[in-house]
Amino acid sequence: MNKIVEKQRLSELVFKFVVEAPMIAKSRKPGNFVILRVGTKGERIPLTIVDSDLENGTITLIVQNVGASSGKLCALETGDYITDLVGPLGKATHIHKPGTILAMGGGVGIAPLYPIVEAFKKAGNRVITVLAARNKDLLILEKEMREYSDEVIIMTDDGSYGRKGLITDGAEEIIKREKVDECIAIGPAIMMKFAALLTKKYNIPTQVSLNTIMVDGTGMCGACRVTVNGETKFTCVDGPEFNAHQIDFDEMLQRLRAYKNEEDQARKK
Amino acid sequence: MTDYSEILKQERNAAWRAELRNTVQNKDRINIERVHMTEAEPHERIKSQTCEVNKGLTPDQARREASRCMDCVNPTCIEGCPVSINIPKFVKYIEAGHFLDAAATLKEFSALPAVCGRVCPQEKQCEAKCFYTQKMKKDPVAIGYLERFAADYERESGKIQVPKVEKRNGVKVAAIGSGPASLSFAGDMIKFGYDVTVFEALHEIGGVLKYGIPEFRLPNSIVDVELDNLRQMGVNFEKNFVVGRTASFEDLKELGYKAFFIGSGAGLPNFMNIPGENLNGVMSSNEYLTRVNLMYANQSDSDTPVLRGKCVAVVGGGNTAMDAVRTSKRLGAERSIIIYRRSRDEMPARLEEIKHAEEEGIEFMNLANPIEYLPNAEGRVAKVRLQRMKLGEPDASGRRKPVPIDGDIVEIDIDLAIVAIGVSPNPLIPACLAGLKMSKWGTIEVNEQTMQSSIPEVFAGGDIVRGGATVILAMGDGRRAAASMHDYLKNRYNL
Repeated sequence: MNKIVEKQRLSELVFKFVVEAPMIAKSRKPGNFVILRVGTKGERIPLTIVDSDLENGTITLIVQNVGASSGKLCALETGDYITDLVGPLGKATHIHKPGTILAMGGGVGIAPLYPIVEAFKKAGNRVITVLAARNKDLLILEKEMREYSDEVIIMTDDGSYGRKGLITDGAEEIIKREKVDECIAIGPAIMMKFAALLTKKYNIPTQVSLNTIMVDGTGMCGACRVTVNGETKFTCVDGPEFNAHQIDFDEMLQRLRAYKNEEDQARKK
Repeated sequence: MTDYSEILKQERNAAWRAELRNTVQNKDRINIERVHMTEAEPHERIKSQTCEVNKGLTPDQARREASRCMDCVNPTCIEGCPVSINIPKFVKYIEAGHFLDAAATLKEFSALPAVCGRVCPQEKQCEAKCFYTQKMKKDPVAIGYLERFAADYERESGKIQVPKVEKRNGVKVAAIGSGPASLSFAGDMIKFGYDVTVFEALHEIGGVLKYGIPEFRLPNSIVDVELDNLRQMGVNFEKNFVVGRTASFEDLKELGYKAFFIGSGAGLPNFMNIPGENLNGVMSSNEYLTRVNLMYANQSDSDTPVLRGKCVAVVGGGNTAMDAVRTSKRLGAERSIIIYRRSRDEMPARLEEIKHAEEEGIEFMNLANPIEYLPNAEGRVAKVRLQRMKLGEPDASGRRKPVPIDGDIVEIDIDLAIVAIGVSPNPLIPACLAGLKMSKWGTIEVNEQTMQSSIPEVFAGGDIVRGGATVILAMGDGRRAAASMHDYLKNRYNL
């Protein structure tokens, strides 16, 4: 049981939780995730760790209310307990100093991108961040990202904030403007697919963090398998970050729909 | 083990045993027929995931079956038991009607008697070494049924006895993983007086006993009683804790842990790497069984979904394949089919599981091997292409090797495929221990007698060492590791 010490609404559907988890706060690295469960019949949900506070022994999680299970989590309030929480899981991001990093975050994917941007900046890189959301109200963590980015470009689908256009439009301008050594892109699978196509065109090494379906998160079930460079990998133990140019995104998009009927039914309940 | 054979002799010479032997003559014992286990009717039991198939023995049935045992001078049955249970002693207690003493005897050797009585392959172990099997070519004493009877009797009587433990010696040891290897290890170490903590990554204690074996074969409530027994003996359980990740081995050493037993299992499911295997509707048996057994996806109030097929193909011939295929029937499949590349005779599953599956209307397509899965318009699996096989010469395992019959390929319509072709060791824990010697198969290398790894304070057992075996072999490893870790720590810390 892990206590929620703070809950904050970041946008209509996105909530931030600060949760007591002293050991995970100490051992987590950028890119790691946790699996949590709400209630004794709850589903196991993977969530990337956004931040940690060693002094208070807490971790920060950001979740979008998109289905029955994330809805249960979003219904919890400060002082409530999360039934089960385990981590840190997955391989940490390889943080190094290639020079200039272009970070692309879309929607709630901005949350897992944040600790990576922070780490790359602290490692001495120039970091340019492109954030995208459907509209102004759905944009999260802009202030935090600005703190660790040399430049932040905002793109919205409807032009209600920043510039109107897709994340790849903003990113391509940067790539044309200056030398980018590495990219990292986190967001909806379809966004990552197009980010990968863009950076492949310019031959820039790119990492993406995948949000596949998982059950145990420790390599046991294989629900999270994804084809990388023609080989089947498990996102939970071999990832969640992979070379974007080697991923079979079409297969991954298909696999994300594996339980679509069941999910639709659960939402109606 | 000379000590143990002396103890066995002394116990056999106890007055009550000698007296009991004289009450019935051996020629009369021999003439008693082996008891039949009462089973739930197939058409009834397939309606429920939790309806246990085997119903257990009545006290009368148990006493009668126990009286078949001739209390041999050299009880060879014990040699067949990986945890060396004093089998004649507990069986004779049952014959005498002292059922609680029988249960206490089991607990001297096994942390999980109600589990072993249900899932052990006794036909390959104790019962294979029974005098009846070996010398008389008759049905062996039903040792497994009797073990289950004694454990169930104790539990249902409400007079659960907690085994005696030595005075606490204050030395902390950790077991990593909470499956049968670790539980057996923990049960012995707590008896020796250590401060034992079992760390589990999942949200439930029990490992494969919980996520793997379905409730119609091993009810979770039965596992919980055995776990509670260990708790009462003083074992601590920490769930949601991945050793090496949540805290490192070094962190645990700083917290005072002096030695570690790794029983993290063979968690990684194998796939065949054939085209279409990543289609929706193709999954590992681990995923399928975990969703149902651990996450209760079959129940309407569970948040975890599971795909329910109308026509389910399960690939493999082991116990896990049987568990998966029988689960699919219970979840409403119209056709549930085993696809196995050899024939029934070579199946690694227990005969009882195969028989139960057959009774439940499971179809068997033996001598067939999937070569491709084909999708429907929505990208879900719709067909499996099978290569027909025939049996060739025996291979390294001694079983006849399946060879493809040229050009003999069939396609069958399916909407769910479950791959149950084995598991590999889970690399998660070993990857966190620099200097731990591993085999090329990813198993931890240990001294087979002591279960000690290349790191002196680290011992290991179960599937992380064997790569995929049985509950009872894992428990045997746990016991051996406990005995040798005890020796190691005694010398080191002058205990």
